[in-house]
Amino acid sequence: MIRIGVVTFPGTLDDRDALRAVRLAGAEGVPLWHAEADLRGVDAVVLPGGFSYGDYLRAGAIARFAPVMGSIVDAARGGMPVLGICNGFQLLTESHLLPGAMIKNDHRTFICRDQELVVESTKTAWSNGFGANERIVIPLKNQDGQFVADERTLDELEDSGRVVFRYAGWNPNGSRRDIAGITNAAGNVVGLMPHPEHAVEAGFGPDTPAGPRSGLDGLTFFTSVVAWLGRVGSAGSPGSSGSLSSTVPAGTPTSPTPPTSPAAPTPHAQQ
Amino acid sequence: MPKVIVEVSPKPEILDPQGKAVKAALIRLGYTGIDDVRQGKRFELTLDHPPADADLELITQAAITLLSNPVIEDVVAIRVEDGTE
Repeated sequence: MIRIGVVTFPGTLDDRDALRAVRLAGAEGVPLWHAEADLRGVDAVVLPGGFSYGDYLRAGAIARFAPVMGSIVDAARGGMPVLGICNGFQLLTESHLLPGAMIKNDHRTFICRDQELVVESTKTAWSNGFGANERIVIPLKNQDGQFVADERTLDELEDSGRVVFRYAGWNPNGSRRDIAGITNAAGNVVGLMPHPEHAVEAGFGPDTPAGPRSGLDGLTFFTSVVAWLGRVGSAGSPGSSGSLSSTVPAGTPTSPTPPTSPAAPTPHAQQ
Repeated sequence: MPKVIVEVSPKPEILDPQGKAVKAALIRLGYTGIDDVRQGKRFELTLDHPPADADLELITQAAITLLSNPVIEDVVAIRVEDGTE
């Protein structure tokens, strides 16, 4: 069975929901602890939402240096799927796995709502189960959710098809170009502010025309990665039909042990 | 003991929602003539020895690695303050 790790930091809120989402998608959820570098042989990792260490400095700024993050950054550079949700997205930008940064919402208040998104890339590990330009609704809850990056970086993201999710109907936080979620060049690392793990089970998701709390759009994130890993496992070449670019080394990573890619830090490589 | 002060400010091109809120409050309180407010951070690093050039280099590195995020913030000042009264 595919094993998906979910990291808990002091201050993480949504680790239990993420583990549940992983199980509902048919994979085994593996709890990971921030202070341990061991990834316990997982095939993918979810960095869930919450407030890692209180986010005293900036969201994710201190958590980025946790022992588990070193292993995750190495494994992600080797092609392991990583999904960062909300605080996890902030962590991915602080770790330079994804470009840009999150600042306080333009309206300066915490916001919690069911948010409509357009899926603009179905070529990532975490979005390949959606239809092109499919509209989905999942919960959004944050105060520091305004995605910012310089114009050059934004153009690059757009031109290379790396905007995965865009806010539809209304931009809830002032994010540049309505961007809700992005991916890296290889398509294995995805970060977004809204919370797919809260829309995976009937009775607990957003309201839909089909009935109250019936929204299950979040589940597709997790079934997508299970499908992606299945393809990797059988074909040995994750990039053959799914990946965004030819920069994915052939035969990238499915081994249970994280690939030992060079640990040399490349700060701000993507900015 | 000597202190090294590190000051971090949001980049000029980045909207500063906190600064905007502070400006609105200042205007409400009747403080006029204020065109803009930017809210940054000030870190005081107290050393156990007088800082040498190497210390300042390390602190400069720390300032861009942890104390600030170069995507959204600038380190606007790093200076030594003598702790003697």
